[in-house]
Amino acid sequence: MSSALSITGNIHDWLYGAMPEWAASLVEMVLIALVYLGIFAIAGLFLVLLERRIAAWFQQRLGPNRVGFQGLLQTMADALKLLSKELTGTNRADTFLYNLAPYFVIISSLMALSVFPFTQEFQAFDINIGLFFLIAVSSIGVIGILLGGWGSNNKYALIGAMRSGVQTISYELSVGLSLLTMVLLTGTLQLSQIVEVQKSGWLIVQGHIPAIIAFMIFMISGTAETNRAPFDMVEAESELGAGFHTEYSGMKFAYFFLAEFINMFIICAIATTVFFGAWLSPFGITESIPVLGVFWFMLKTMLLVFLMMWFRWTFPRLRIDQLLTLEWKYLLPMNLMNIVIMAVLVWLNLTIKF
Amino acid sequence: MERIIFYILAFVIIAFAVASVNSRRMLRSVVYLAFVLISIAGFFFLIDYNLLAAIQLTVYAGGIIVLIIFSVLLVHHIEMRLEMASIAKRITTAVLCLVGMGVFIYTIHSFEFEMVENTKSTTTQDIGDRLLSYGDGGFILPFEVISILLLAAMIGAIVIAKGTKLMDKNS
Repeated sequence: MSSALSITGNIHDWLYGAMPEWAASLVEMVLIALVYLGIFAIAGLFLVLLERRIAAWFQQRLGPNRVGFQGLLQTMADALKLLSKELTGTNRADTFLYNLAPYFVIISSLMALSVFPFTQEFQAFDINIGLFFLIAVSSIGVIGILLGGWGSNNKYALIGAMRSGVQTISYELSVGLSLLTMVLLTGTLQLSQIVEVQKSGWLIVQGHIPAIIAFMIFMISGTAETNRAPFDMVEAESELGAGFHTEYSGMKFAYFFLAEFINMFIICAIATTVFFGAWLSPFGITESIPVLGVFWFMLKTMLLVFLMMWFRWTFPRLRIDQLLTLEWKYLLPMNLMNIVIMAVLVWLNLTIKF
Repeated sequence: MERIIFYILAFVIIAFAVASVNSRRMLRSVVYLAFVLISIAGFFFLIDYNLLAAIQLTVYAGGIIVLIIFSVLLVHHIEMRLEMASIAKRITTAVLCLVGMGVFIYTIHSFEFEMVENTKSTTTQDIGDRLLSYGDGGFILPFEVISILLLAAMIGAIVIAKGTKLMDKNS
């Protein structure tokens, strides 16, 4: 083990040496929470900037490049501006629910963030049902959107929230089933074990055709679940203003905005972990330097994030009936067939293993 | 540490359960109910039964609560308040609740609980094996019965949703 990775172990030993047990575990919890909050904030801000730069690139303009080197501090400045803005509310809104809604969204995405194996050593919560936990937690976020839409006492917000609810509930099926297809290959739900299985070939290679189909379904339904274009019915500007967060301002709006980008990151990180071997390097080229695990994980995730941004600036928006037809008439039957094919493959041992 | 977390969770559950019954705004009571259900998932995490905790989160918090919120969204206006019950009704309910609580507390206290030293967390594999085993202590029969029930419910839902269109084609 290299020295950089044993830092967490050292801190753990030092804490338990210097303090009584309950205090040490408490301090450790707070430290881990702070680290993940840091990741959350930095990743969110960075992704917003990335999105803007890529949008500019697709539309042949420059994008934000004045604040800091190549505009690196632009989103930082935006966040400061949002912090200093007034928090407005509507008349006769349900203030309690209105204020509660952003926290539902943000807490559910923070909880999902905690289970990812960034490298072999860097994983906060290696639970034995990791993948199922991810699906469970991501199903809570929609409550926040529904509450926000209803609590603001605004027709546009309400319609946006209803659309979001319909969309998230139906596409969650596809996300779950496509991940289940891959669980047939791994035989475990624990994320660290899933990575372990992929040491003999990434799952997308091991499962070849059904795995590629599952990956495509996962990316489509993942895009829909994060409410991004071409599935952004929730906040279709031309129809609904800004959808469920029409009435939000300042930092509360920023919470929704950040959570949306973090959800995109989470979907891509799930895809990286389940299909592309998480922190494993391609062909094991840097197996002797485990520190590079973070680099490989982030590189794969960022490539998938780029893919999702590519979707956003390429495809036109779907109508709500087209969206539901796509899910219930095409993706779901395909998914069920795919699970059967995968089961047969695993049964007959037709998987590719190195 | 676990004891403290247990008491925090228990307090949260009781407080929000009472709030859920007492609130006069419908959606607020649904949200309080959601907090109660999520805290119960917390209990399952505490006893290291992760699968059940995740199921509690998906089915109750993610599924049922979202469905209830949907129905409230469709039928309820934000300024509506639920009616207060009459005093006689409230007293009857309180007495009935106290009697029920008494029965529960009496049963729990008179039962001899065995302390189990359990350090092994239940894995999904154990549960799956047990669900599909037809030997002693296997659950294959209930599992199959539930599958058929769910299939029947799904077909029923499709038939109801299709309505007259399906009937016309058949006749």
